[in-house]
Amino acid sequence: MELTTIWFLLVAVLFTGYFILEGFDFGVGMLLPVLGRDDRERRVLINTIGPVWDGNEVWLITAGGAMFAAFPEWYATLFSGFYLPLLLILLALIARGVAFEYRHKRPEASWKRRWDAAIFWGSLLPAILWGVAFANILRGVPLDADHEYVGGLLDLLHPYALLGGVTTAALFLTHGAVFIALKTTGEVRDRAGALAVKLGLGAAVAAVAFLTWTLSIRSSAAAVVLAVGAALALLGGLAAARARREGWAFTGTAVAIALAVATLFAALFPNVLPSTLDPAGTLTATNAASTPYTLKIMTWVAVVFTPIVLAYQGWTYWVFRKRIGVVNIPQH
Amino acid sequence: MDALDVARWQFGVTTVYHFLFVPLTIGLSILVAILQTLWHRTGNERYLKLTKFYGKLFLINFAMGVVTGIVQEFQFGMNWSDYSRFVGDIFGAPLAIEALVAFFLESTFIGLWIFGWDRLPKRLHLASIWAAAIGTNLSAYFILAANSFMQNPVGYTINPETGRAELTDFVAVLTNKVALITFPHTLAGSFLVAGSLVVTVGLWHVMRNRDSADTGAYRFATKFGAWVVLVSAALVTITGDIQGKIMTQVQPMKMAAAEGLYTTESPASFSVLTIGSLDGSREIFAIKIPYLLSYLGTGDPDGTVQGINDLQAQYASQYGAGSYTPIIPVTYWSFRFMIGFGMAAAAIALLVLWTQRKGRTPTSRWLLRAGLILPVLPLLANSFGWIFTEMGRQPWIVFGEMLTRDGVSRSVSLTEVLTSFTAFTLIYAALAVIEFKLLVRYAKAGVPDLTPTAEPDDTDDDAERPLAFAY
Repeated sequence: MELTTIWFLLVAVLFTGYFILEGFDFGVGMLLPVLGRDDRERRVLINTIGPVWDGNEVWLITAGGAMFAAFPEWYATLFSGFYLPLLLILLALIARGVAFEYRHKRPEASWKRRWDAAIFWGSLLPAILWGVAFANILRGVPLDADHEYVGGLLDLLHPYALLGGVTTAALFLTHGAVFIALKTTGEVRDRAGALAVKLGLGAAVAAVAFLTWTLSIRSSAAAVVLAVGAALALLGGLAAARARREGWAFTGTAVAIALAVATLFAALFPNVLPSTLDPAGTLTATNAASTPYTLKIMTWVAVVFTPIVLAYQGWTYWVFRKRIGVVNIPQH
Repeated sequence: MDALDVARWQFGVTTVYHFLFVPLTIGLSILVAILQTLWHRTGNERYLKLTKFYGKLFLINFAMGVVTGIVQEFQFGMNWSDYSRFVGDIFGAPLAIEALVAFFLESTFIGLWIFGWDRLPKRLHLASIWAAAIGTNLSAYFILAANSFMQNPVGYTINPETGRAELTDFVAVLTNKVALITFPHTLAGSFLVAGSLVVTVGLWHVMRNRDSADTGAYRFATKFGAWVVLVSAALVTITGDIQGKIMTQVQPMKMAAAEGLYTTESPASFSVLTIGSLDGSREIFAIKIPYLLSYLGTGDPDGTVQGINDLQAQYASQYGAGSYTPIIPVTYWSFRFMIGFGMAAAAIALLVLWTQRKGRTPTSRWLLRAGLILPVLPLLANSFGWIFTEMGRQPWIVFGEMLTRDGVSRSVSLTEVLTSFTAFTLIYAALAVIEFKLLVRYAKAGVPDLTPTAEPDDTDDDAERPLAFAY
């Protein structure tokens, strides 16, 4: 396999990992005001992701770094072109990250309320904006022959992109609700389980519409198979959620997100950022890539370190596998 | 004002801000790990209390370092996309490795450490803080290797077809002599900050909280921190000296600009105070120590140190007409502030140790005040150090290869950069106030009372037991 193809796959894997992992912690953040009816319940929700959210976010930093290293043209055009959406994502991630750490540092209700708002908006905005961003990558954006973005903000906001945003937000909400049902006890667990099914049906409708629309823009046999798989996995997950088989439900939503992201990358390949203007402006896995020497070094680094990272991150989830409930929340 | 100016200001502001938190993360992670190791080895609860106490301050700070760090990675693509295109083949690799090798380690194990007090066996819990601390310190190496490429590009070639820099020798990039010396210099500077914070908080309690049952713990912390400051100050001086010699070789203009040395001299004298003309082309008044600059720059008291005007002429003939001189007052003063604030911190630490000799308790109100400003000094020293090293490289973004003005994103408008600069400045300012108040609050609260911690177990028998730590 070509090195550029390997790196296209690796970037896809990193974003898949990011959306599966931070997907549920975005979901937990968005559900904070819905499922957490008082402070103790909200603390239960936050503590389901407390030990892991930071590690989850590093998947994004690694994906960004991998794009920079392996496809500098893609990184440069995408990040300068999608300027304001990325700015909003950054501001949201800043507010949200600090909120997790600072919320419990003072007892005042007003203090906590403000950080709760930061967690909610800081989760909702990126959950929508990542969908908007990926829809635009799939549809293509105005690029000139030098691969420079020549559109404005409004070129990124169109019905297809907005549907993309709704889809990622709905998927992450469902994934988050299923995760909460899996990780908590008592009333929170019951409420989350019931809500997951409702949210999931909405997510399924949005996802099917979005993936169908995507495949009508650009497609491949693999992408079609993956999209069907994503839909089936989501429905399977929902059936499991209804039957209160929470482990299977979580597996279902995780696989659904993985296959949906895989669908997008499979449909995109070999392009990485198509141009809607001059076809010469289109960035592909070949013309956006670094030199084979750089890719070879990075491949070795990835081959050695990715399994190690997966092992210890997986172990963390094992360490914190216990469910928690309001009884486990200390007073202070 | 154009997009380039705002992008430069944004990079300066966000980077200096990010580096207010990073040194504390780098240094304090190791110091907390050492305290926990002391507890583990001796069983003395004093060290456990200090571990938890400084651990809390560490975490308040850690969160800020993490979230401001994401901005740094995204900013290259957002504001400096032509720079990213030019160097991506080389510069992206250390960034990606930093994330994969260091950030995962740091973030995963910090989570285990924060929440793992009752879930992990003691040894593994101790190993977690060490893993996080090692991850943090490792991350510094990769990002400094990337920065060192900008100061002293090595291991690359320019592809004549695309006009881009391409990697030819990755080992050369990682063993860039600028990186090898900047890494220990930066770490020493970071420990200067961490040690200072440990001193300040400990000293405040020693002096203000005399009847506390934990005075012994605070006294230990104060001395421990003061020794960390002194050793770091020694290391920062030694590494800085070596760095100066390397800089004289690879970036002679930066050395000349640090000194306000306008004409080549051999031997060159070290400037105590130089006042130059407004356009920065000649000196008006100067107080100098003979031979010292030659010695600092070359190791030989009679060595030749090139001057700004001669280098400017040389670069103009080499790279074409234009100014290749950094803003001299900025480089000259930031260089002096870096050294001055760093040394002042060491002097205060020495004073703190002296006033506590043989079990004495210091009483001077002046000492308390000096102690309270202590952590600010190395923070300023670090900030000025970075301002010096980055401003001293100007007008280059990659020395000798790309000008800063050519690296900016062409597709990003002034309005967009202004929006982003304003948004970051506002949110950063608000968070700085919140963070500072929290640090003061928790520092004043003092070491925790130790409630008995249960042994970790894997059974669900005690499913109703409260968590040892919860957000």
